[in-house]
Amino acid sequence: MKRVLSTSISVGLATGLYGISFGALAAVAGLDLLSIMLLSILMFSGGSQFAFIGVLAGGGAPISAITSSWLLGVRNGFYAMRLNSVLSPRGLMKVIAAQLSIDESNGVSAAQSDLKSQRYGFWATGIAVFVFWNLATLLGALAGDFLGSAETWGLDAAAAAAFLGLVWPKLKDNKVLALAAALVAVVCSLFLPAGVPVLLTVLVALVPGRSK
Amino acid sequence: MTLTVIIASLAVFSWKMLGYLIPQKWITDGIRAFSERVTVVLLTALVAVQTLVTGNQVEFDARVPALGVAAILFALRVPYIVVVITAAGTAAGLRLLGF
Repeated sequence: MKRVLSTSISVGLATGLYGISFGALAAVAGLDLLSIMLLSILMFSGGSQFAFIGVLAGGGAPISAITSSWLLGVRNGFYAMRLNSVLSPRGLMKVIAAQLSIDESNGVSAAQSDLKSQRYGFWATGIAVFVFWNLATLLGALAGDFLGSAETWGLDAAAAAAFLGLVWPKLKDNKVLALAAALVAVVCSLFLPAGVPVLLTVLVALVPGRSK
Repeated sequence: MTLTVIIASLAVFSWKMLGYLIPQKWITDGIRAFSERVTVVLLTALVAVQTLVTGNQVEFDARVPALGVAAILFALRVPYIVVVITAAGTAAGLRLLGF
């Protein structure tokens, strides 16, 4: 259990560092402190949060930002299904478990061998990430106010690199799919409003085909 | 803005909650594979747009080499946060040099 806890806290700290960049990017994108904190507390899903502010910063409409973050959150649903069978939570615990069902908590839980450690790994990581992620967001948001433009600090490139890191482990098996999505998004950006091209790439995912 | 954030958060939460509510047997391999593909296309599209697009134009600026550096570092299994900071530093440095 001690080893699981140490993993959980390491993951929480690492995620927290990433949360600083989220807070700063959101502030530079023009979001107020309350909205930034609500994103980290209520949405609590890194990919969706970055997509939300990315679409808004690019001049996209609120509905595009909402839809992008919603669609990116779909994988949490699959983690939730796995975690439901591990945790079997009841009542209010179901809601709390749902909110904490993210990449990191599911990842640490899935890496454990016995059921007890799997449960412990989920809760410890979920809580650690939640605490560090929100503290870091606050720190980043406060620092962001002093940063000025996102470009000067390369925060636009940092956001691109952050998304690349999330998709990196999956690229090897999905090269054609990824290339097609990038092409569709960039070409559509030439004539469609910001935010829409990214959503349109969901159609690319509908095309059946072999991955690889 | 606050309302937009709350709606978006509820939308994201709906997936998480759904996972705890639907019977396991409803989840087919097809649905699982599609959700995997959706994640890949959305993230890749975000990378591409964030790197190449400004307004309604394609622009090759400091973001492109910065992403190149990030890709190399990810391939070398450098920790996530180090890569993100290095990418930011690369773009910021190039801009400082007038690129």
